[in-house]
Amino acid sequence: MDNNLNKPYNFKEEMTSKKDRFVPGHRMCAGCGGAVTVRSVLRSLHPEDKAVIGNATSCLEVSSYMYPYSAYEDSYIHNAFENAGATMSGVETAYNVLKKKGKIDDTYKFITFGGDGGTYDIGFQSLSGAMERGHDFVYVCYDNGAYMNTGTQRSSATPRYADTTTTPAGKVKDGKVQTRKDLAAIMAAHNIPYVGQTTFYGNFKDIYTKAEKAIYTPGPAFLNVMSPCPRGWGYETSDLMEICRLAVDTCYWPMFEVVDGVWTLTYEPKKKLPIEDFLRPQRRFKHLFKPGNEYLIEEFQKEIDKNWKELLKKCTM
Amino acid sequence: MSIRERLSGNEAVAYAIRQINPDVMPAFPITPSTEIPQYVSTYIANGEMDTEFIHVESEHSSMSAAIGASAAGARTLTATSSCGLALMWEELYVAASDRLPVVLALVNRALSGPININADHSDSMGARDSGWIQIYAESNQEAYDNFIQAFPIAEHPDVKLPIMICQDGFITSHGVENIEIEEDADVKKFVGEFEPEHYLLKKDEPMAVGPYAVSNYYMESKRAQRQGMLNAKKVILDVAKKFEEMTGRKYGFFEEYRLDDADYAIVIIGSAAGTAKAAIDEIRATTGMKVGLLKIRVFRPFPEEEIAEALKNVKSVAILDRAEMFSGTGGPLGAEVTAGLYRARSKAEIVNYIYGLGGRDITVDDFKQIYDELADIATTHEVKDNYRYIGLRERGEQ
Repeated sequence: MDNNLNKPYNFKEEMTSKKDRFVPGHRMCAGCGGAVTVRSVLRSLHPEDKAVIGNATSCLEVSSYMYPYSAYEDSYIHNAFENAGATMSGVETAYNVLKKKGKIDDTYKFITFGGDGGTYDIGFQSLSGAMERGHDFVYVCYDNGAYMNTGTQRSSATPRYADTTTTPAGKVKDGKVQTRKDLAAIMAAHNIPYVGQTTFYGNFKDIYTKAEKAIYTPGPAFLNVMSPCPRGWGYETSDLMEICRLAVDTCYWPMFEVVDGVWTLTYEPKKKLPIEDFLRPQRRFKHLFKPGNEYLIEEFQKEIDKNWKELLKKCTM
Repeated sequence: MSIRERLSGNEAVAYAIRQINPDVMPAFPITPSTEIPQYVSTYIANGEMDTEFIHVESEHSSMSAAIGASAAGARTLTATSSCGLALMWEELYVAASDRLPVVLALVNRALSGPININADHSDSMGARDSGWIQIYAESNQEAYDNFIQAFPIAEHPDVKLPIMICQDGFITSHGVENIEIEEDADVKKFVGEFEPEHYLLKKDEPMAVGPYAVSNYYMESKRAQRQGMLNAKKVILDVAKKFEEMTGRKYGFFEEYRLDDADYAIVIIGSAAGTAKAAIDEIRATTGMKVGLLKIRVFRPFPEEEIAEALKNVKSVAILDRAEMFSGTGGPLGAEVTAGLYRARSKAEIVNYIYGLGGRDITVDDFKQIYDELADIATTHEVKDNYRYIGLRERGEQ
């Protein structure tokens, strides 16, 4: 691993002074976590390195490369919804060949972004194949827990009980029936050198450090970034950071990494908050707070507790 | 100098791939094209070529990776058949719209269902509107020769379009024939280096590929693709001429077999042309009936005017499709040739046959029957059923 990765994190230097590689002018919504994910991840690229950014069809894609405007300083490729993994496999392979043949002298890094629909669901096979083959790139899932680009339809990343347009909470239904797919664990089971799960917390050290490790660890890496969506989740745009804090401190979204098979919790809340603190500010969980639905919150809490306990068993601190 | 060899169609294409030594080949196994990536893998394993092979987990990923590699600046190809091509369908359009000169060795096989591993053209005909150049072969020799011409056509700055080099599953792909192959150095020189104008990894020139482009730009991008396809006509002929200079083997948009003085013509694609030629020789020798053949080599771009010109003196034409279109009015080749003849004010009687679906044999006798019917409709000017099946079993027939 690159020695630079051990230097102390300087928020001002890394997150404010460094030149942006995802630039203003894109059309992502105010308060969107996806844009913050891309900006934060790309900031961990070392300035001397070139990059090719990939993208599954998503909110991000239609908002960041609307012809003829690109929001990326680097080369960028979008292909389709379900194939960001395979597409970047081709780019990375081409790089290796052209480098070997002496046609390229720059150093390139490869990072591809997909939403949870494009990653957990339709692009899952393509992602799995790319990781299994060992291509040297980072797949970043900006997980906002539903198909937001098409108007908040449920995905396998949608939490249980969430009110979405295809799992609406109605008179006889309480939103989504199933629990979330644990994609980070599935990617870790691919025995790839780096898997990280993170979001925006405090001074962004966690996402910055994980993105840098993911990019500069040779071989395939997967980064799962909870990226809240104000429209789909129903929170005030100014509350993005607060929503993320609550997700982490309730253990809804634990932050951990798996390096060469070794699980490490990168943050443990001093005081684990009740899940309702995370659920209450979001419109998609409004129905859980109706009188008589207390048991749904209890069920939700049980699931969080079970998952957290299992994660602690896997992790060293 | 050409060298005589005995190769199957798949071996011949794999041999051409080794000679060209492209940068990247993603591929996924499917009968009957599987042998092509197998042979290529063996060449790579033995150090006879240094193409990077990507062992993708599906054909969709195969074409997706090909798009990524080609956009990054690598000379890229893949191979597939049938359902593999169908699974790529979305990506075929993306490759064409991104103007990427990817080459696809297609071994034609019937689409499911029922599942059937044998030859027909339903796979490539299903992709006929995807923006790919399509070139078909009758024989192993043609499969080899067409493949060598593929990159120079696709990569030409006036074209920049992906290209499918098609041959019939098993009949051509697995049948071993004597063929002439060229020296490695000559093939390499003929194909040359891939030097794209723009690519993702170009120094000091970042680029973006695959935009969101809605009503304000989409239509112009399609018109630009059409221009590439129109330009391809000249480039295909120029490349064929250079190929002839190297090998002595001549190619055009189609082959005319004893068509000069023909009264009755068949239009066909692929390996069945060989059977048609045998029928023509026999009919001419035994009856003196003036029968001829137009064998399509280039289906996209469609050489409509040239076909109409070649058929201008015939009295009747049978267009043979090895693919259903389920329009209820004919097959794809039938529809397009008929339209071309109409626009050229042709007076020929026209009939469309569907044959050989799922690998059903078509025989010399079948062709004799078709020529007899052509003679009949040329006299009566009555085409009772202009959309027929030949070689179809009747109910109860074993």
